Amino acid sequence: MATRIVILGGGTGGTLAANRLRRVYTRSEAEITVVDQDDRHVYQPGLLFVPFGLTHPEDIVRSRERQLHRGISYELSAIDHVDIAADRVRLASGRELEYDVLVVATGAVVQPDQTDGMTGPGWMEKVFTFYTPEGAGALEGALATFDGGKMVVNVVDLPIKCPVAPLEFCFLADWYFHERGIRDKVQISYVTPLDAAFTKPVSARRLGGMLEARDVELVTEFNTGEVDGENGRLVSFDGREIPFDLAVVIPLHGGASYVGRSPGLGDELNFVPADEHTLQSKAKENIFVIGDASSLAASKAGSVTHFEGEILVENVQHFLDGEPLSASFDGHANCFIEAGFGKALLIDFDYDTEPLPGHYPGTVGMPLLEESHLNHLGKLMFQWFYWHVLLPGRDIPGVSSKMPLAGKRAVPGRPEEGRTEEATDAEP
Amino acid sequence: MPSRSYAGVDVEVGEDGFFVHPEQWTEEMAPVIAKESGVDDLTPRHWQVVNFMRAQYMAKGDSPSVRLLGKASGVPVKELYELFPKGPAKLAAKIAGIPKPRSCI
Ligand SMILES: Cc1cc2nc3c(=O)[nH]c(=O)nc-3n(C[C@H](O)[C@H](O)[C@H](O)COP(=O)(O)OP(=O)(O)OC[C@H]3O[C@@H](n4cnc5c(N)ncnc54)[C@H](O)[C@@H]3O)c2cc1C
Repeated sequence: MATRIVILGGGTGGTLAANRLRRVYTRSEAEITVVDQDDRHVYQPGLLFVPFGLTHPEDIVRSRERQLHRGISYELSAIDHVDIAADRVRLASGRELEYDVLVVATGAVVQPDQTDGMTGPGWMEKVFTFYTPEGAGALEGALATFDGGKMVVNVVDLPIKCPVAPLEFCFLADWYFHERGIRDKVQISYVTPLDAAFTKPVSARRLGGMLEARDVELVTEFNTGEVDGENGRLVSFDGREIPFDLAVVIPLHGGASYVGRSPGLGDELNFVPADEHTLQSKAKENIFVIGDASSLAASKAGSVTHFEGEILVENVQHFLDGEPLSASFDGHANCFIEAGFGKALLIDFDYDTEPLPGHYPGTVGMPLLEESHLNHLGKLMFQWFYWHVLLPGRDIPGVSSKMPLAGKRAVPGRPEEGRTEEATDAEP
Repeated sequence: MPSRSYAGVDVEVGEDGFFVHPEQWTEEMAPVIAKESGVDDLTPRHWQVVNFMRAQYMAKGDSPSVRLLGKASGVPVKELYELFPKGPAKLAAKIAGIPKPRSCI
C-alpha cells in the first residue's frame, strides 16, 4: 500500500513540501494530500506594498490548488483537530484522514483581539494592520487621505512574521509622504518592545541609524497593553502613553487554533515544538513541522520556510526508510529590507551568526546590510521567484540551505558580535 | 566567567547576572537576587511566577516569555509588570536562577 502523507496547510511551506515530496515519490509509493481552509494563496511579502498603492491585493493572490503539482490531492476544509495517538486528522467537513506521516504547515495567525481595545472603536478607521489583505487594503485608503499628524508603527510583541517588515513599513512611509509632499506634516514613531530597532546588535545599529536618518522617532521597551483607538493612544503595561492620529499595529501572533484542540501537539501559543535541526515534532516521531507553525527560534519568513523544505523532505524520507534523521537545519534566513526611494538592503543569518556586512552568496554578489538599487530589484524579483521557483520546490542556483560565511565581514574590532548568544537585551 | 556569592554560595553567572547553572540556585538566594534587582519584597505572587518559571525551564529547557507567563502562570500580564517592573520575563528569570530568555528574531 502507498504511504499516506498528509500536509496541513497549503501556504508557502505546505505547497513547497508537497511539490518536493511529489518529486521524490511516485504515485504508487506515496499518496500526498494537502488540506487548507480556503483557496486564496496570498504572496504575503506583497502585503507591505499594498498600503502605498505599489501593488493591489488581487495582484498577490492566486489559487492554492493551482500551485500544487499533478498527483497531489487537495482537500478544501478547515482542520478540526489531530488525533496524535490514532495518526488521524479530523476535518471540519467531518472527513477523517489517516496518515503515516503528517506535515504541519499551518503557519501563524495575527490575533488583534488579544490586545485590549485593538479591535474596539477606531479599528480599521484609525487603527490598522497591514498583516492581512483586508487590513492592508483598508490602510491604503487611510494613508491616501492622511494629511498630517502623528503616525505610530507598533509591534506589540514577538514573534511576528518577517520581523523586519514593520521597519520597512516606516522606511516606505517616509518615502510615500515625501512623494506626496507632506513629509514635514507627518511625525512617524516606531514603537517596539525591544531595547533597539532590531534584535541583533550589528543590524540593530544599522537599522536604528536608518530610522534616525529618515527622522523616524524610535521608542523602545514599550510593551503595549492597550490600543485606545477612540482617544488615539497606545498604553503600555507599565502605564506609559503614546498619542497617535493613525496607528499601524502588528498584532500578537499565534499558531492555528486547531493546534490547541489537538492535545500534545502545540505549546501555550499554539506553536508546534520541533527539533530545531531535524524539524521532527516533539509530539510524535511521524509528525514534522515546517514554516511559521513551529516554535523554533528561526525567523518566521518565507526564506526560512524554503530552506527548511529541503531538510524536511530529506528527513521524511529517512524516517520512512527507518534511518536516522541526518539532514540538519541551521536556521538560515535571508531577507531583503525595502528602504524606500528605490533601494533595499539584504540580510543573511542563521541560529548562531547574526546578520553581517559583506556580500551574498559569496564575495561577488549582492551587498549585505547596505542600501542598493540591486537589492531593491532583488526584492521585486522575489515575487516571481516565489511563484515559479520557491513554491514548485526548486532549489535556487547558488543559494544553499546552509548559511554561507564566504563574503561576510566580522565587524572590525568587534569580532564577538558575529555570534548571537548575547542578543540585545530585549524582553522577549 | 564572572561569579557572584548568594546566601554564602559562589555561583557562576553570565555577563548580565543570569545563572549559568540553574542547578546552583537555592530558594534562599531568590530574595537576595531580587533585592539586587530592585524587588524588595518577594510576595507569594512573586513566588508563584518564580516557581512557574523554574518548572517551565526544567520541563522545556527554555525560559518562558511574558506572554507565555501571562497565559500559563496564573498571573495576568498587567500584574506581572507590577510585580517585576520593566521586564517581567527577564527579571523573574534572573531571580529564578535560570538563563536569560532567548529573544527571537
Ligand atoms: C506583511 C508580511 C511581509 C512578509 N515579508 C516577507 C519577506 O519579505 N520575505 C520573507 O521571506 N517572508 C516574508 N513574510 C513571511 C512569509 O510570508 C511567511 O513566513 C511564510 O508565508 C510562511 O509560510 P507557512 O507555510 O509557514 O505559512 P502560510 O503560508 O501562512 O500558510 C499557512 C496555511 O495554513 C492554513 N491554515 C491555517 N489554519 C488552518 C486550519 N485550521 N485549517 C485549514 N487550513 C489552515 C492557512 O489557510 C494557510 O494557507 C512576510 C509576511 C507578512 C505577513
